[in-house]
Amino acid sequence: MGRKLLLDKAHVENIRLYEVYRREGGYRSVEKALKSMSPDQVTDEVKKSGLRGRGGAGFPSGMKWSFLAKPEGVPRYLVVNADESEPGTFKDRYLMEFIPHLLIEGMITSSYALGSNNSYIYIRGEYAWIVDILEKAIAEARNNGWLGKNILGSGFDCDIHVQRGAGAYICGEETALLESLEGKRGNPRIKPPFPAVKGLWGCPTVVNNVETIAAVVPIINEGGEEYAKIGIGKSTGTKLISACGNINKPGVYEIDMTISVEEFIYSDEYCGGIPNGRKLKACIPGGSSVPILPANLLLKTAKGETRMMTYESLADGGFATGSMMGSGGFIVMDDRQCVVRHTYTLARFYRHESCGQCSPCREGTGWMEKILWNIETGKGKMSDIDLLWDIQRKIEGNTICPLGDAAAWPVAAAIRHFRDEFEWHVNNPEEAQKRNYGLAHYADPLVVTA
Amino acid sequence: MPVQFSDTALAEVKRLVARYPEGKQKSALLPVLHLAQDEFGGWLSTEILDYVASLLKITPIEVYEVATFYSMYNLKPVGKHVFEVCQTGPCMLNGSDEIIDYIKEKLGIRPGETTTDGLFTLKTVECLGACGYAPMMQMGKNYLEHLTREQVDQIIAESRK
Amino acid sequence: MAEQTNTPANLKVTIDNITVEVAPGTTILQAARQIGGDVTPPAMCYYSKLEGSGGKCRTCLVEVAAGSAADPRPMPKLVASCRTPIAEGMIVKNITSDRVQEARAGVVEFLLVNHPLDCPVCDQAGECHLQDLGYEHGKEGTRYEFKRRTFEPEDIGPYIQLHMNRCILCYRCTYVADQLTDDRVHGVLDRGDHANISTHISKAIENNFCGNMIDVCPVGALTDKTFRFKNRVWFTKPVEAHRDCDQCCGKVTLWQRGEDVLRVTARKDEWGEVQSHEGKPGWICNTCRFEKKKASDWVIEGPTKINRHSVISQGHYLGLKKPTETLPAVMDGRDPKLMMDIHSVSEVNRVDISELPGPATSDNFKK
Repeated sequence: MGRKLLLDKAHVENIRLYEVYRREGGYRSVEKALKSMSPDQVTDEVKKSGLRGRGGAGFPSGMKWSFLAKPEGVPRYLVVNADESEPGTFKDRYLMEFIPHLLIEGMITSSYALGSNNSYIYIRGEYAWIVDILEKAIAEARNNGWLGKNILGSGFDCDIHVQRGAGAYICGEETALLESLEGKRGNPRIKPPFPAVKGLWGCPTVVNNVETIAAVVPIINEGGEEYAKIGIGKSTGTKLISACGNINKPGVYEIDMTISVEEFIYSDEYCGGIPNGRKLKACIPGGSSVPILPANLLLKTAKGETRMMTYESLADGGFATGSMMGSGGFIVMDDRQCVVRHTYTLARFYRHESCGQCSPCREGTGWMEKILWNIETGKGKMSDIDLLWDIQRKIEGNTICPLGDAAAWPVAAAIRHFRDEFEWHVNNPEEAQKRNYGLAHYADPLVVTA
Repeated sequence: MPVQFSDTALAEVKRLVARYPEGKQKSALLPVLHLAQDEFGGWLSTEILDYVASLLKITPIEVYEVATFYSMYNLKPVGKHVFEVCQTGPCMLNGSDEIIDYIKEKLGIRPGETTTDGLFTLKTVECLGACGYAPMMQMGKNYLEHLTREQVDQIIAESRK
Repeated sequence: MAEQTNTPANLKVTIDNITVEVAPGTTILQAARQIGGDVTPPAMCYYSKLEGSGGKCRTCLVEVAAGSAADPRPMPKLVASCRTPIAEGMIVKNITSDRVQEARAGVVEFLLVNHPLDCPVCDQAGECHLQDLGYEHGKEGTRYEFKRRTFEPEDIGPYIQLHMNRCILCYRCTYVADQLTDDRVHGVLDRGDHANISTHISKAIENNFCGNMIDVCPVGALTDKTFRFKNRVWFTKPVEAHRDCDQCCGKVTLWQRGEDVLRVTARKDEWGEVQSHEGKPGWICNTCRFEKKKASDWVIEGPTKINRHSVISQGHYLGLKKPTETLPAVMDGRDPKLMMDIHSVSEVNRVDISELPGPATSDNFKK
């Protein structure tokens, strides 16, 4: 059994209630920070922990905090990104739904470190019932003196507000999120300036993912160095993985980053293997944006080493033979599934979610979707595959925000590893035209049985 | 009839605006639009958008820009029950296409349409963050997960009551 | 390292092997404009006189081969030169970078895939930045095989014609409305590939400075309704003129055919932007633009200098000899279908040229 730092108490009965959460040791990190540490000491512990942003980019959180500008007389803000919208990702929802006080506690401690007196949770609009859960938890925390003026007599004031989005993946991008929080369209801002200098309402702002802020609680309780002892290399601590697709036990798992991908998929402690005796075909290990890997490259790196569930190992081989940890949205496909159709649904997703601000993303995502639809439905040409490749290449890296890359990578990886499946669709138009609910017409030779 | 929030809703607007610094009341726009949609029958007419603009002391175009950007705001009337079925990759792997086809057949409408009795609207939507519990749909504030044909039958029957 | 002083020192930047000194805060694009010529990246959305503009179209992407003298690492991604400030010792590659050229060709293609390419009936033709861009960086032929995106036509008032199908979403007109007029009534609505310029309620845009939206529009999305189908710009003769105006600077360009004033615009600089007069952008008011259409309303200063490569300078068809052949003789009995009467073309927006089985004819537009 791996160590659990975030979800170990998630299934204690009534842990959603303040009294239970407190009895189980909750809010100790706030006590410790506010009574015995300076804000900079809290930041130092987060730096020492090696915690990396859990939203997808994996940027060192302590470093992000230390970039925050601190001009005199200007408020600073902590904004928690709960706009979880990356296909395959539903970990933050789980955390907020089952153990909301963990997020609130992490936010108070983090707000203290950053000097934020008003912190916001920006949550995707569809998670409406979680808004109620969070507001209840905030009210409980406020009633028990953890929020408000002069918390624990420390002189630190803090309040937390929940802001509901309204259906836009792009608001998971931190500057689009800030625009949305200001009551505007979710158009990502052009950087520089970065939020650490000019963020919410033009003030210095840190935007962190839900899981990142929750991880501050065990980091402060146990110390950054202790936290850093968990995991391998620069993948410290625990990570929530939301597993879905064709597995026996879809759900959210907390892993310490020491296990192999194979163990994660086949162990009963985690995904429990592929159902119905099917075989593993492919997997997108870090949310829909990251490259898909065929089974053989998923379980072993190109060098033949066992692939581990760590930031480094998942990225081993670069995009040629590797992928990314991303947001931890782990999408498993069995040998019945059609990669072309799956890629088409992702292309449709990114076209739907593009904000429309910059030309490559606005025009390119829709173009890719249309071509993929043609190929999937047996109307494609062989040259369309090369055209797709060229379009994604011209989107990648050339857009205002990472949504362009996010739209380009899945298409690139699908062609890179499953080109023969695309070609099959072109060569067998009549077969491809049959309505098949996304099942593959074509068996992949790289399918692996464990 | 002029558009007017109930007193409860107006109090909620006041609470929402108070969460932001002085002069930043525009930040309340998204939550207030949600409130208006709940209050005024599930969709936002131009009159309602103008009313929201006047409440928050911003120009109507600022409200139009936002209301048309986010997918959760309905700018046309919808049925009493709105089925928003996720169709993105992970749900597709678990049979969302079949569920959508089944609902289409059951209700006799295509995505984006409302039944003639005004009871049901079917929408296909992109990832709702319930990938592990696929196939799924959103109905109002709730997520209905692990959908099967039988469950769809049941949901439709219960909604008709 | 340079000595630290209180006065801001000039920063050295090298663009395509040409080094220039610029003031702190200058962007790469502005520095390139100081150098001028080919090293200046094209800009479709950036407009130096509109705060907040730029960064969106991605045509001005450049490669930063060295971030600064202090940190000479290259920037991993291409950057929007219009929004990236210069650092001391920065090395930039524009036309000397294959990466940039390829990315730019990609952006041009993206801008054109859904563009109606209705230049033959577009009033902007001849002074359209997208035409210039396509000419310089585009390819012949398209790889886009789908129906082009169209929008329902919207009437936005008596002065400005909105052709959303042609829009590239540079956002410049929204900045004009925000920064020059009191109440913005139009904006960018909807999202993604359906984002569009609209008032949502077909409201007339009436502010006295709204005409400047036409001048900043890089394409034919916003054109002068009072000039609509009056003439092709290359048949008209631009002259500089002024009048005493209590609303604006009163310095304009008159676009004349013979003695008739067909159109009034602000004066443009070499980058296609409104010229500055005494340090202030020379925006003009609607009265000057739309109401003063007689040469006698104006003090004529002289002909406008036009870049000799521009189609506008190619000939004003003055002193031409009338052809000796008649049109039917030239057509040799064939039906001259393509020779449409431009005045009869009413709703260009409704025709999707890409949907037609063959070449467009006047019948297609008369529906």
